[in-house]
Amino acid sequence: MIKTYTGITNIIGDIAEVYAKGISFGELAIITNPNGESTLAQVIRIDRDKVSLQVFAGTKGLSTRATVRFLNHPMQVKFTEQLLGRIFTGSGEPMDGKPPIENAQAIDIAGPSVNPVRRIIPRNFIETRIPMIDIFNPLVESQKLPIFSEAGEPFNELLARIGLQAKADIIILGGIGLKFDEYIFFRETFEQGGVMDRTVMFVHTAADPVVERLLVPDLALAVAEQFGIQGKRVLVLLTDMTAFADALKEISVAMEQVPSNLGFPGSLYSDLASRYEKAVDFQGAGSITTLAVTTMPGGDVTHPVPDNTGYITEGQYYLKNSMINPFGSLSRLKQLVIGKVTRKDHNAVMNAMIRLYARAIESQKKISMGFEKTPTDERYLRYGELFEKRFMDLRVDVPLNEALDNGWKTMAECFEPQEVGIQKNILDEFWPA
Amino acid sequence: MSDVSGTHGVVVGINGNMVTVEITAGKTVQNEVAFVQVGQERLKAEVIRIQGDIANMQVFEDTKGIMVGMNVDFTGELLSATLAPGLLGMIYDGLQNPLRLLENRQDFFLMRGQYVPSIDPEKKWEFHPEVSVGDTVKAGAWLGWVPEMHIKHRILAPLGILGSTTVESVVPGGAYSVHDTLVVLKNKRGDTVKVSMLQTWPVKKAIKAYRERLYPNELMITGCRIIDSMFPVGRGGTACIPGPFGAGKTVLQQLLSRYAAADIIIVVACGERAGEVVETIYEFPELKDPRTGGSLMDRTIIICNTSSMPVAAREASIYTGITIAEYYREMGLDVLVLADSTSRWAQALREMSGRLEEIPGEEAFPAYLESRVANLYERAGLVRLHSGKTGAVTMIGTVSPAGGNFEEPVTQATLKVVGAFHGLSRKRSDERKYPAIDPLDSWSLYTEHLKDDLNAQLDPHWVEMLQYIASALRRSAEIGRMMTVVGEEGISIDDLSLYLKGDMFDAAYLQQNAFNDVDASTPIERQVRDLKLMHKALTTAFHFDDKPGARKFFASLQDAFYQKNYCPMGSSEYLDYERKIEEMIASGDQS
Ligand SMILES: Nc1ncnc2c1ncn2[C@@H]1O[C@H](COP(=O)(O)OP(=O)(O)O)[C@@H](O)[C@H]1O
Ligand SMILES: [Mg+2]
Repeated sequence: MIKTYTGITNIIGDIAEVYAKGISFGELAIITNPNGESTLAQVIRIDRDKVSLQVFAGTKGLSTRATVRFLNHPMQVKFTEQLLGRIFTGSGEPMDGKPPIENAQAIDIAGPSVNPVRRIIPRNFIETRIPMIDIFNPLVESQKLPIFSEAGEPFNELLARIGLQAKADIIILGGIGLKFDEYIFFRETFEQGGVMDRTVMFVHTAADPVVERLLVPDLALAVAEQFGIQGKRVLVLLTDMTAFADALKEISVAMEQVPSNLGFPGSLYSDLASRYEKAVDFQGAGSITTLAVTTMPGGDVTHPVPDNTGYITEGQYYLKNSMINPFGSLSRLKQLVIGKVTRKDHNAVMNAMIRLYARAIESQKKISMGFEKTPTDERYLRYGELFEKRFMDLRVDVPLNEALDNGWKTMAECFEPQEVGIQKNILDEFWPA
Repeated sequence: MSDVSGTHGVVVGINGNMVTVEITAGKTVQNEVAFVQVGQERLKAEVIRIQGDIANMQVFEDTKGIMVGMNVDFTGELLSATLAPGLLGMIYDGLQNPLRLLENRQDFFLMRGQYVPSIDPEKKWEFHPEVSVGDTVKAGAWLGWVPEMHIKHRILAPLGILGSTTVESVVPGGAYSVHDTLVVLKNKRGDTVKVSMLQTWPVKKAIKAYRERLYPNELMITGCRIIDSMFPVGRGGTACIPGPFGAGKTVLQQLLSRYAAADIIIVVACGERAGEVVETIYEFPELKDPRTGGSLMDRTIIICNTSSMPVAAREASIYTGITIAEYYREMGLDVLVLADSTSRWAQALREMSGRLEEIPGEEAFPAYLESRVANLYERAGLVRLHSGKTGAVTMIGTVSPAGGNFEEPVTQATLKVVGAFHGLSRKRSDERKYPAIDPLDSWSLYTEHLKDDLNAQLDPHWVEMLQYIASALRRSAEIGRMMTVVGEEGISIDDLSLYLKGDMFDAAYLQQNAFNDVDASTPIERQVRDLKLMHKALTTAFHFDDKPGARKFFASLQDAFYQKNYCPMGSSEYLDYERKIEEMIASGDQS
């Protein structure tokens, strides 16, 4: 039974309060202003017959004489193969000029967690041809991994590049607060890359209401989950999750929740985790791999959004000065593929090269402070330069094995074998003669 | 599960996972369990505040679809753990539902409102009585045992009985299921208690059916060199592992769960990634436990409430884990509880406190955070049972401080109560120096407290050697800092040599490769042998003509120590490296 009420009692931030009966928690409603404009809203608190609604289009211009029609179900998305090649807004309306999806099964978004015992251990290496990823922090199918980025870095370019290289069956893009030209960039890149016919886009642009952002990850992931169950290898790209977190903050402020850190709600961790944890390798079905952009306000990795994200995701790529920084970056799933599906020298090369680069940075610092250059420093400095040129430069585009060979070559050009801290049996086999 | 209490209520408010209930019939008690009836689904909830006839309840499930006016049935029971043979090898959610038995439509998802018995009610266990009619027994006394994996699972006199009771009857040895009555006890007042293999215990209350608590008198050997040698944990002690994300907390806990010398390991995956539990679930059944010959899974219990599972059940999960640990301790066993991460548990407290609109403390954590943390770690301990035997619960929790800053409330509250602090440093993990436990910041109270025991058990000079090494490390770090100011040219050759010694000890002893079969875990006998050789190298006064000469010498010496780590103890390569190191020490020794 659909219930309709007229009259809104209170409007606080993007929350509207109405008096209504028989309403369930999490239910969706359509609020219609006397001028005919309407918006979606979701029940986020009930106190006896006072119902608080989070208004997705925001409450600007909302009249206390508006009507509220409760739909008796939570937010849903229509799932069908016909979603492929389509572009929708942040609230799921077509934005590509084509007709809405009809005759399809409606799926609740933000559904339950996967039973951990129905997951399998991820095991497929995804080659990106970017050495800083492939050697040092390999991407693994079903991984959830953000790109931590300072403002002005080419994060969307990197996201799109990995997205195309990953060779997924289905790509789902969730744009959150995207600038219009960023949206066009993704559309064109995917069209040129020939993947648009297996892509679904949910795009919330910077011009759209802030609260609507909250729906994008859930819409994208609910669709991804359905494809995943059907056995598809799905790649979800979310950009920018910091904009998503900002919307959480606005709602929590309007709800008068006590903030835990810089105004963000104490539930930020759980809120982000419930989205990222949708990444999965299903036992006997497909998978969901999630790559997300998290811009760091003020370039600060300890800001609550990147900080909570880092605790949730399976590593991160740290983008700085247009390079993937080896120290801030991490792939927590790397040990599942390194040396198992990749070459057996992979682990040794990865660890040794990073340690040596850390030393090279120390030498660089020392020299920049005006200290004498020892012969040891000279070798580290040379190594540091070669490392940046051959590995860190984002223009480098080579397969993993070639990158590993370059690693041995670079180490041998600068060091003696007993200086690199590699196990003897590996050295014996791989150290260039 | 029927509601036996006769207390009913109706929902009057819903705020996230908190439901406000008006009691319409009967009385309720704090921490009582009730079920919210949502259509066909019954959602488990716990009373967390009572104000007159209004009860606030935290719901252990997604609250979508709950409406004002829905019925709530109270059970009259506190949130409890089920204790019986059959716990070992199980994978439970935070409310002790066996995850393997939760089925649903697509088999992939955890649908809400499903509750499955924690223990198989049908399975038969071979009971061996240990008491006779007329014996006097107290709570926790051993009435008999059944074989469970590698242990004798004692059937305990109910943990809640008061005073002494007399055995009225005992069944003969044989196969029984967990609900069969095995023993009947009679108390002084003449009331009888029927005892089966299964009992329940409220998770938020400590099990205290023992004679006394003791201070730890030996180490919980973990196989991790930097822990066992430098910052050890006593058996029955506590430790915390704080560290920023990615510094290696979980990998370290996984290593401990594999190699630590305990009878039983309880892994509480609390609000972290599901994928990390999956590795344990798949790998442990395949890995052999060298202590028992069985699989590692046979000594392990996993309590799993990962980050996307309901927050209230996350709060419960740690209590469920520690209660099961206390239960096995009553059997005279050595139990290790690994909780990853206690910060997520604290955050669950914070979320609920916010919904209750309590006055927030620092970073919005409730004012009672500190006492809750203290209570939790206080449940660990070495105890002497009424029988005179001892049992231990050792607890090691990770902490995930916001921004990696140890000044935050959860880390600070934890540091006040634990016996050892293994602080992970971002700098060390960035440099791939694993385990990234900071050797200068970390501490353990157990070395000093157990000094005489350690010298007796390990080596007469053990503690003295460690003290020397600790000061050498500090000196090396000081020289390192000095070099950043005055450069290598600004320090003497002797100082450079001290600096390089510290570096060598760090690289070839403190660091350990978790992914190498030999290096991943170092038995304590080997730690003693390796450390003595290292100590010899560190105490030798070497003389060098110039600094490049010093660097070259230590590079080779360090490499020899490092390569030795990858060789099984006593193997010919191992002995070769030992000999080589002895020669290098002798050749350089100018004293
Ligand atoms: N002891 C170790 N040896 C080698 N690699 C490690 C070790 N500890 C951590 N790592 C690396 O760091 C990553 C993050 O470690 P993890 O324990 O998951 O961090 P945390 O739990 O502190 O966030 C791991 O996936 C692994 O790649
Ligand atoms: Mg972790």
